[in-house]
Amino acid sequence: MSGKLRVRVDQDKCQGHARCKQLAPELFDLDEYGNAHEHGDGTVPAGLEDKAWLAKSNCPEIAIEVIEE
Amino acid sequence: MSDSAPTTQDERVLPEHPPVTDWLHDFDHTDPRWTDNPFPIWDDIRSASPVVHTKRFQGCYLPTSYEAVKQIAHDTEHFSSRRVVVRDERPEVQRNAAPPITSDPPEHKPAKQLLLPPFTPDAMKRLEPRVRAICNELIDEFIADGGCDAAARYTKHIPVRAICHMLGIPEKDGDLFVRWIHMILELGIKNEVMLKQAVGEMTEYFAGHIEARKQRPTDDLISTLMNAKDKSGQPLEDSHVLGSLRLLLIAGIDTTWSAIGASLWHLAKTPADRERLVKEPRLMPAAVEELLRAYSPVTMAREVMKETTIAGCPMKPGNMVLLSFPAANRDPAVFPDADKVMIDRQNNPHAAFGLGIHRCVGSNLARMEMTVALEEWLKRIPDFRLDPAGRVAWSEGTVRGPRQLPILFG
Repeated sequence: MSGKLRVRVDQDKCQGHARCKQLAPELFDLDEYGNAHEHGDGTVPAGLEDKAWLAKSNCPEIAIEVIEE
Repeated sequence: MSDSAPTTQDERVLPEHPPVTDWLHDFDHTDPRWTDNPFPIWDDIRSASPVVHTKRFQGCYLPTSYEAVKQIAHDTEHFSSRRVVVRDERPEVQRNAAPPITSDPPEHKPAKQLLLPPFTPDAMKRLEPRVRAICNELIDEFIADGGCDAAARYTKHIPVRAICHMLGIPEKDGDLFVRWIHMILELGIKNEVMLKQAVGEMTEYFAGHIEARKQRPTDDLISTLMNAKDKSGQPLEDSHVLGSLRLLLIAGIDTTWSAIGASLWHLAKTPADRERLVKEPRLMPAAVEELLRAYSPVTMAREVMKETTIAGCPMKPGNMVLLSFPAANRDPAVFPDADKVMIDRQNNPHAAFGLGIHRCVGSNLARMEMTVALEEWLKRIPDFRLDPAGRVAWSEGTVRGPRQLPILFG
């Protein structure tokens, strides 16, 4: 894997399953309704790349994008 | 069958269903073989066709592939949620039946937004100590006996007491709720009289609690709903509050009862998984998701409103859809070795809590209850197995889980 990763939650697709928050609490936050958005600008700190991919592959709504920069 | 089942004389108003001989053209989710072991039936249907139809239930489709279930769950234009249980009869559609589960857009979103904040993962963390205490109070009652019916003595009581605690009503009223739910979700599939009786009794019960809070407000979930405002800033009608309370009870109790029960059943007959979870408690979150996938308790329904085609199958208005999230979760196209329970499964985008706008509002509650119920059981009863002299009995219809689960300890 070369560059850095960024995660992004598609707000139109997220239905608040909260799987991402459970698997990668460092990368996602939940709002007062329990819907998810990426933490900060979505940059994935070094060492948390696997968690980013895990969050994506467990989202039942396919709402998470992992962008390789 | 629940030990609080109503008397049998009025259980069967409609004729008994004939046994199924052709699952592809005449399926029936109340057939005893489906109740006992639906997995091979779904696999056979899925490998023949992703969507099948039956003339039973006044016409009903059954999607069994993940893709077909997902498409229908996401398609609120052609499919309505106004009836969410497939029954012999089609009871008249009630306004505010059980919002938001029975709501379609545009009414759905505001009704759901009201219920979401009390059910976030953070809110569930605050409830967790009470649930842990409930589990231990229950275990205290039978741990010295060397065995128990885990469905009757343990799994049945955890969700109902937790939801009572949230609603601010006495935990001892739990047995009443379990009886109503049995009448609505199981017996009510074939018996409209019983369905109406249970809904009526439940509505009357909650109307009393709403009245009491008008005199003396409380800080529980019933008061939260009563104080909520709709889009135009008006308080909710009593009928909306009542409908949502009916939903929280109906959806929040035997669903999680079933999920905890099926998990204990699996661990009782699978020593390797049980021992691994005891040794490696950090696996619990993945194990809970896998048990949710493999033994998803909840099958929902939709009603076809406009003609459309799903997975090559033309779907006609007037028919119901048995929306089987449990069958979708066994689809090998999405889950490799779908018929194997792998408690450390990594990629698991299961649909146990539904897909799309109707994602279960109580999913965080259910996960917390499952996790706590399994953790506390395994701490105190790490070694257990099915009682070979007993019989495991599964509920019929819309929510599947063990209603009788004889277990021996030590």
